[in-house]
Amino acid sequence: MFHLFRASGLALVAVAGLAAQPAFAETPGEIQASIQQEAAGTPGFQEFSAARGESLFKSKHANDWSCASCHTDNPAAPGKHAKTGKVIDPLAPSANAGRFTSPKKVAKWFKRNCNDVLDRVCTPQEKGDVLAYLLTVKK
Amino acid sequence: MSIKDQKFFRILAVTLLAMSVTMTAAQADDDDRDEKYGGKYSGKYGGENRGKPLLPAQTNAKFQQECSSCHIAYAPGLLPAKSWRRMMAGLDQHFGSDASLDAEDSREITAFLVKNASNRWSAPTAPLRISESAWFKRQHDAHEINPAVWKNPKVKSPANCSACHPQAERGDFNEHDIRMPR
Repeated sequence: MFHLFRASGLALVAVAGLAAQPAFAETPGEIQASIQQEAAGTPGFQEFSAARGESLFKSKHANDWSCASCHTDNPAAPGKHAKTGKVIDPLAPSANAGRFTSPKKVAKWFKRNCNDVLDRVCTPQEKGDVLAYLLTVKK
Repeated sequence: MSIKDQKFFRILAVTLLAMSVTMTAAQADDDDRDEKYGGKYSGKYGGENRGKPLLPAQTNAKFQQECSSCHIAYAPGLLPAKSWRRMMAGLDQHFGSDASLDAEDSREITAFLVKNASNRWSAPTAPLRISESAWFKRQHDAHEINPAVWKNPKVKSPANCSACHPQAERGDFNEHDIRMPR
C-alpha cells in the first residue's frame, strides 16, 4: 500500500514539475508547418510565396505603419519601434535564432502587429507568406 | 526506515530541489516587502516619501518581460491601482497600438501591478499617463527643466524616462542621478 502511495506521489510531483515549465521551443520550420496545416483548410489556399510575403511586409495597408516601419526593409537588421524608438532585435531567423521558436510568442505578435498594420487579424495564408519571406532573408 | 524507503526519499529530495531551482525565479513572492523597506526607504525619494520603492525588490518575471517589449517597464508605483486595472483592460488599444496579452499573463501582471501600485496618488479618474500626476507636472515644469530639453530628439517624449533618468528601468528616479542629454 505504502509503495503504491509513494509511487503515485512521486509521479504527481514529476507531473506538477513539468507543468511549471514553459512550452517546448519549436523550430521556424515546425511553426511554418503548423501554419500550413491551418491554411490548407481555407478556401483559395495557395502554396506559400516569399514574394507575396515580402510585398505584404513592405507595404502599408489600413494604417500609417507597415511591418517595415519598425522592422525596417531589412528584417536581418535590428529595427526600431516607430513610436518609442526602442531597439527591436532582428526578425529574420537567419540573424536571430530565437525568432519563430515559440508558438505562443508567434501568436501574440501576429495578433498585435496585424491589428496595427492591417486593422484586422492576418489569415493563415498571409502569416505563412510572411514567414516564407523571412526564412529567405540572408544574414 | 528500509533501504528502499531511504532511496525513495533521496529521489524525492532531489526532484523537489531541482524543481525549486527552476521555479524560484518565476514565482518568488515578497510578502515581507513592507516590513523590509518601511524604515529604509522613507525619505529616499525626496519629497515623495512613499515608504516603499516604486519597483519592489522582488519583481515579477512576466511583468519585466512583457512590459519592456516596446518601452521600459514602468515601475508599478508610478500609477494608482485603478489606473493599472484600466490600462490592463485596454491593452488591445494601448496608446495607439495593440499590446494585448493572453488571459493568463494579463491576470498575473495585473495582480503584480495592483499589489505594488502607488500608495500616494489616488485618482478616481484612473489616468493612464504618469505625466498627468500633479507630482510629475511639478517636478517637470518650466522652473525645473528648460523647455528646450523636451525638443531634443534624444528625449522625444515625457514617456522616455530613461533619456534623463538612467536608472528609470529599476524604478529609481533619484534627482542626483539625472543626466540631461546634450
